[in-house]
Amino acid sequence: MEIPYTVEPRPDSGLANGKLGIWLFLASEVMLFGALFSTYILLRVGAVEWPHGELNVWLGAVNTVILICSSVTMVVAWAKLKMNDFAKGRLYIIVTAVLALVFLVNKYFEYAEHFGKGEGPWHSTFFAIYFTLTGLHGLHIIGGIVVMAYLAGPGAKLWKRNPDQFTNRVEYTGLYWHFVDLVWIFLFPVLYLL
Amino acid sequence: MSDHPIDMSKSIRTYGIVGGLLLVFTVLTVAVNQIHLASIALAITVALIIACMKGSMVAAIFMHLNHEKKWIYGALILTVVFFIVLMLIPNLTVADTIGTVSPYTAAAEHAAQKAEK
Repeated sequence: MEIPYTVEPRPDSGLANGKLGIWLFLASEVMLFGALFSTYILLRVGAVEWPHGELNVWLGAVNTVILICSSVTMVVAWAKLKMNDFAKGRLYIIVTAVLALVFLVNKYFEYAEHFGKGEGPWHSTFFAIYFTLTGLHGLHIIGGIVVMAYLAGPGAKLWKRNPDQFTNRVEYTGLYWHFVDLVWIFLFPVLYLL
Repeated sequence: MSDHPIDMSKSIRTYGIVGGLLLVFTVLTVAVNQIHLASIALAITVALIIACMKGSMVAAIFMHLNHEKKWIYGALILTVVFFIVLMLIPNLTVADTIGTVSPYTAAAEHAAQKAEK
């Protein structure tokens, strides 16, 4: 049995089911990260003093630039598929996944430096919330890479059968990816600069 | 979003411009941090304003929220309401006095004990 409304919009919502689904998922993600941001505020307001300059601002800024570039490549991948250019669309998905991997490599070096100095989550309240927030964000990056690898790899077969459905999948992945970028846009100043 | 190839080419140009602006704002965020503003409150305000501007650009242009269907706006309005409640929850820790002695009650009891002596 074919799943309905994967491409054509539902008459009541005017949306394909996947589009509404990914937005509801993102709404739950807002609450997940919101709870941790709220925790951060609570910890920071309650702290007698809050450390500054514990993190490498330049590495954080480079990672911000990487994620912004990956957001651009992701949305361009979708636009290329809309223009029926599968080769370029797939290429941009791969570039996005590579940028995501570079972000993780940077994060690995950053984490390794802190653990090398004994600055794990147990070291202070600041590092506890830093590792929790960036760790959860890192898991989202890994999730994004897995989905993009699937879309550029075995999942790409769908393009031949149903190009519109494949393009929609790329759009939903893009929406998730832009959300991951958006979270980092707030994490960077909150953790690295303030 | 229109599927017309010419419209999509225009959109790709827009995505590039927005990406460039986001990079400029990132440089601005770091630059403001480097000049060390007068107070931490001012630094937090400026950094969060820039972050909100960047976030709005990502949401409006990359996530196409500038022209979406009303069901998605409805879901997001609910999310914003609950998010605001979530952000205000830390205030409850300040307002919560259960198990703690009010300074006024303590002062009154102290005065009463003194009077008894």
